[in-house]
Amino acid sequence: MVTTPHDPGSAHLDGNVLAGPLRELFAVDMTSARTECVGCGQRAAVAELETYLGGPGVVARCPGCHAAVLRYVRTPSTAYLDLRGTLTMTVPMPAGGAES
Amino acid sequence: MAITRGFRGRRLDADVELPPGQYLTQDFPVLSAGPTPRIDRDSWEFTITTEAGATHSWAWQQLLALPQDKPTVDIHCVTKWSKLGTAWQGVSLDVLLEQVESTADYALVHSHGGYTTNLPVQDLLDGQAWLVHQYDGEDLPPEHGGPVRLLVPHLYLWKSAKWVNGIQLLEQDEPGFWETLGYHEYGDPWREQRYAGD
Repeated sequence: MVTTPHDPGSAHLDGNVLAGPLRELFAVDMTSARTECVGCGQRAAVAELETYLGGPGVVARCPGCHAAVLRYVRTPSTAYLDLRGTLTMTVPMPAGGAES
Repeated sequence: MAITRGFRGRRLDADVELPPGQYLTQDFPVLSAGPTPRIDRDSWEFTITTEAGATHSWAWQQLLALPQDKPTVDIHCVTKWSKLGTAWQGVSLDVLLEQVESTADYALVHSHGGYTTNLPVQDLLDGQAWLVHQYDGEDLPPEHGGPVRLLVPHLYLWKSAKWVNGIQLLEQDEPGFWETLGYHEYGDPWREQRYAGD
């Protein structure tokens, strides 16, 4: 199917809006974590992901190829985090936290 | 409540009954899980793939040449808004599926951009589902799924996939984009089947 480029007016926000939802799950601020896209290999900070809110859940997409790298749904009783679009996630940690 | 021509009488706003947990809206919210694609009608194609692997495809002009329905229906989004009396034009899935040899019980709907959603085949039949290409007398705009979206108004609106380009008929149910992430596999708004286990 031939398409023209995606509508530039599609409303997405940057990944800083993920700080709140992910704070429920992780002990550190995840917006500075870096993702590696399964689809194109591009590395990006969570804060740089193209993030779509307002639908049934949150979808954060690679700024390079627009593939979904992180999906999140919070139901009343369960949090669902889908990272199948992320090859690795690198998380900066406070110094001295790991055992030597 | 799916209000379809011939099934129910005209209803006054004072008599509005909404599914549990829903509120009424007059506008038409646009909720997106990704960029809005601009799809060229001349190269648009819709393909049904059977459980045996056979494919049946329709191009834009072929879709327009099929018998057209004009359903007016209520729609219910799982994010809790409902909109009443929405007017569409399109082709009943009955018309498309009668051209397809299949005994599959399940359907996985595919859209441009990778979105998927699953539902039983029987929910696509008997005047319950359409491929729609007009809304309110105008070509369906891209933000609402144009050129063509699925319309299955008796289920929550995430089942009415925007930018639809195919249906895969399956012998085993296969969860779609939201169904793999905690949303209900069926999604009946009148039974408030929002989340898995509801």
